[in-house]
Amino acid sequence: MPVLSILFALFVMGIFLTVFFMEPGRGIRFALSRTLEAYGEMLSWPFGNLYGFYETLNKMIPLAFVGLGLCIAYRMRIWNIGGEGQLYMGAFAATWGALFLFNDLQSPLLMACLVISMGAVFGAIWGLIPAVMKAFAKTDEIVVTLMLNYVAIFWVDYLVYGRWRDPAGFGFPLTAEYPAAARLPRIFDGNVQIGLVFVVVLAVFLEYVYRRTSWGQKSALIGDNIQAAIYAGVNIKLFTILALLASGAIAGAGGAVQMMGAQHRLQPGFSPGYGYTAIIIAWLGKLNPIGVVVVAILFGGLLVGNEQLQMFYRVPIALVYVFQGLVLFSLLGGEAISRYRIRFHKRGDE
Amino acid sequence: MLEMKDIAKSFPGVKAVDDVSFVLKSGEVHTLLGENGAGKTTLMNILFGIYRQDSGEILIDGKHVKISSPHNAIAHGIGMVQQHFTLVPSFTVAENTVLGLRELGVFPRTGRVERRIRELGDTYGLKVDPDARAWTLSVGEKQRVEILKILYTGAKILILDEPTAVLVPHETRALFDALRKMKEADTSVVFISHKLDEVMQISDRITVLRKGLAVDTVDKKATTKAALAKMMVGRDLLVDVPRTDVETGSKILEVKNLRVNDDRGLTAVNDISFTVRAGEVLGIAGVEGNGQRELAECIYGMRKPLNGKVFIDGQDITRTPVRKRVQLGLSFIPQDRKGMAISPNLSVEENLFAKNYATQSVPSHPLLSNRTGVSTASRKLVRDFSIVTPSEKTRAKYLSGGNIQKVVLARELSSSPKAVIAAQPTRGLDVGAMEFVYKTLLEQKKKGAAVLLLAGDLDELFRLADRVAVIYGGKLVGYASPDSSNREKIGLMMSGASGAGDEA
Repeated sequence: MPVLSILFALFVMGIFLTVFFMEPGRGIRFALSRTLEAYGEMLSWPFGNLYGFYETLNKMIPLAFVGLGLCIAYRMRIWNIGGEGQLYMGAFAATWGALFLFNDLQSPLLMACLVISMGAVFGAIWGLIPAVMKAFAKTDEIVVTLMLNYVAIFWVDYLVYGRWRDPAGFGFPLTAEYPAAARLPRIFDGNVQIGLVFVVVLAVFLEYVYRRTSWGQKSALIGDNIQAAIYAGVNIKLFTILALLASGAIAGAGGAVQMMGAQHRLQPGFSPGYGYTAIIIAWLGKLNPIGVVVVAILFGGLLVGNEQLQMFYRVPIALVYVFQGLVLFSLLGGEAISRYRIRFHKRGDE
Repeated sequence: MLEMKDIAKSFPGVKAVDDVSFVLKSGEVHTLLGENGAGKTTLMNILFGIYRQDSGEILIDGKHVKISSPHNAIAHGIGMVQQHFTLVPSFTVAENTVLGLRELGVFPRTGRVERRIRELGDTYGLKVDPDARAWTLSVGEKQRVEILKILYTGAKILILDEPTAVLVPHETRALFDALRKMKEADTSVVFISHKLDEVMQISDRITVLRKGLAVDTVDKKATTKAALAKMMVGRDLLVDVPRTDVETGSKILEVKNLRVNDDRGLTAVNDISFTVRAGEVLGIAGVEGNGQRELAECIYGMRKPLNGKVFIDGQDITRTPVRKRVQLGLSFIPQDRKGMAISPNLSVEENLFAKNYATQSVPSHPLLSNRTGVSTASRKLVRDFSIVTPSEKTRAKYLSGGNIQKVVLARELSSSPKAVIAAQPTRGLDVGAMEFVYKTLLEQKKKGAAVLLLAGDLDELFRLADRVAVIYGGKLVGYASPDSSNREKIGLMMSGASGAGDEA
């Protein structure tokens, strides 16, 4: 089904692209061949070329972090839509640590531990707020987490446009660069940030948690039938809070890793909606940690492929967003349709 | 007038109905008899357009018809009262009656509808106030409204899916009177049931289904209860489980002045006190919805009492969380089997060991589950409780109702509980599964557990209970000894007639 969905998205996008490539005086064959060529480029670079694939991996890291965090909540049917905000809070806290609190530290290891913990703590706080409100006041976590996204994004905007703006940054809304000790090492000849290792370790760890621990069993119980969980004596309030806390902490740590490993400075809009794309990734990965990593790689590749389209085929960013929208739409639509059985009746056969 | 020919319907993995033919004459009460899962409801859901048959055809008055939806069925003069009622609580009876009918219009004029409902009510002895809001009605009245809804459409075929399951004896009698009057008016009734007594009272003809197959169609006059029972289960019934008398021991479960609210914040349990001793079964008789659910959930710890105390083995557990109560030896077989007792998408094994983290009946570390221990133990439970399942890794929702209940029993009773709360433990189960439930509950009694049995079925109470208390409107209205001679008396107490019981 997902394959069909992607083909459908490619087909529809093909129509858009063909129209885009049409030039006066040239036939539709020309536009079609340009479209096919562009598709070839879009697939071969992120997945068929080593350096392209490195880029894919780099893009996948923040997606996977947030996606893994969201899984924890979604498995218990707690709808955390706040991955984006939790990611931003993590990035904010990391920057605070790296530039202002621990900037004199020389040990990269200690620095990494401290800064990533800061990110995790602030991401966790961003999860704790809706969790406590849900557990004790029965507020809807969807609304609260969604709204907190804006708080986090604008908070970061405020800092980078204001207090934290780099005096040596020619007036751009950026913080200063992280000190050398606050940069994570890179792997694969410096092509991929080490966050990849963290993601894989985290996914394996979560897989273990779900398969073998009492936490995993209880969260499965809560997710499947909350009445049965209450009946089995599971403390729902505690689990609600812990789930959102862990969910936020992982997204926050993801934000910190993204800062330390890739960006080295805080800037507005550093995330092109990773936190929202991660929602889809979590579902397409069937809330299964390893599955999330695999789907995140595909989506990372999609992002990289889209950049190719933009750079080499001058496809406007708007069309790129159309394409991403189409992919999500057809994947979700495909999921929904596959739950039905389609049958044809002869006319008048009622 | 109606004929269903060679109807077949499969669900993933099951043949629910297998080439069943069924003929309904006009003006007859035709019973579909069978154990649960025999295909009775499925067959009728096909007739009512909820499901579509895989093969086979339906003829009305000799003409082929395709019934594609309940709406379409009503157009063909077929109406069905489901087991679960479909009334809108905040609407009046009249509004509910015309709901979904074309004539409702934009501005419902209910005056005419109300007159017609009164007429129909008088004709068939189905009296309800057309102006009453549905939520204020008793279960019996709600059922009357469901039937009136169908008669209102002018249906000539009425399908009743286990209508008596929710009724007390005198309401059942009233229903049967109404059915007889409908017969006189040439309306045909399909009566789905597995209660032999009622079937013999009301039917003209009986079709017995077993495992999706039609065993036979017989005339009531030409058959007996025993013959029907044999057709139904394919073997002789264990008519009576011998009741073993056990020396009762100390007070195990004690409830004092308990007052509990329901989900809407209304008093559901009103000042109830009782004691259950070791080796004793206390039956609480009552029509569902008289506070049984709230009482059971409160004793088990899922609902906080407003007032009163609960003791187990002399220890006050009123404020103890569920997990602790489970560890103290309290077991609960909830009435809402699929909604509460099991997790449908988890495996049989996971359901069997959902409480293992608390009971540690198979020692398992929270950070590293004891997989081999758990699967060995679950295979043993599947065998001991003769749970029919393809494997212990099968999702619980694929099991039949009886086997789901066996999973619940296995979990709740294998840990040698001190006290067992069993709420409607046999509801919706077939005879075979019922027997099994009776047997296991009596075993618990023999082992010295205190058993609190909440049930509506008097036969069940008489068979299991040592004492019977009757609950009505959230109060215990009296005690009676479990004796068939008390049947009418208990029935009256269950329906709220005052002064019927002995105070005890």
